[in-house]
Amino acid sequence: MPDAVSDGEVDRLMQDLAEEAEAGGYHLNPDEGFTCDLVRGLLANRERYGYISCPCRLASGDRDDDLDIICPCDYRDPDLSDYGACYCALYVTADVEGGERAAALVPERRPPPAERRRRKEERAAADRAPGTLNYPVWRCRVCGYLCARNVPPEICPICRVPRDRFERFM
Amino acid sequence: MRWRNILAEMQNVPGEDRGRVILYALSTCGWCARTKELLTDLGVGFSYVYVDLLAGEERDRVVREVEHWNPRLSFPTVVFGDAKVIVGFREDEIREAVGA
Repeated sequence: MPDAVSDGEVDRLMQDLAEEAEAGGYHLNPDEGFTCDLVRGLLANRERYGYISCPCRLASGDRDDDLDIICPCDYRDPDLSDYGACYCALYVTADVEGGERAAALVPERRPPPAERRRRKEERAAADRAPGTLNYPVWRCRVCGYLCARNVPPEICPICRVPRDRFERFM
Repeated sequence: MRWRNILAEMQNVPGEDRGRVILYALSTCGWCARTKELLTDLGVGFSYVYVDLLAGEERDRVVREVEHWNPRLSFPTVVFGDAKVIVGFREDEIREAVGA
């Protein structure tokens, strides 16, 4: 493992993540050694980039380009539904946590670089499009929370990610 | 591929010669760690590189190589003898590829 991250820091973040997860109906991987290494990777990335990007994906170091892979990533919830775990397997479903079934291998859902650039342009265009609604509707890209107001909330009230993880929905 | 170019960034793990085996990995990734462990346990000689620890031109060059084998640029990517590519920690497929 790279970069000097203290065991105390790892334990603290792991405990915070576990508490947040349980409060929101999510579950950390019960394989403590494996999870501990992932949290160490998150902290190494925070040290390098200033944010906890996914330990199992190559970050660019540009926050805007890496937004979709800052943990919890945009792909966690669909991967939990389809495979019982997120891509790096930090998060698992309740039945996987309880040992009732094993998580499947999770293929990479994040689009390749060229496709990401195209979608980003589409989103920017959607943000600018004039609407016929009284308020624009914003969608949290992490948990799907929707709200109709002039700007998205500073922090998603459901999953706690910051405003820049929202996209224009309607 | 121009594999000679990347020798400088590669770490070599000695072992039985089953052809050229290259593991493209991230230093922070648990699945990459398991893949490296598996190849080591199988006693196969292989080379690996932590792409996240590279910078500048060196990194760009290795990223292009990974994209050549795996356009999604995901990790771990293991290349066997410039022919077979396994993406992700697929234990059975890796064992089969090295004939274990």
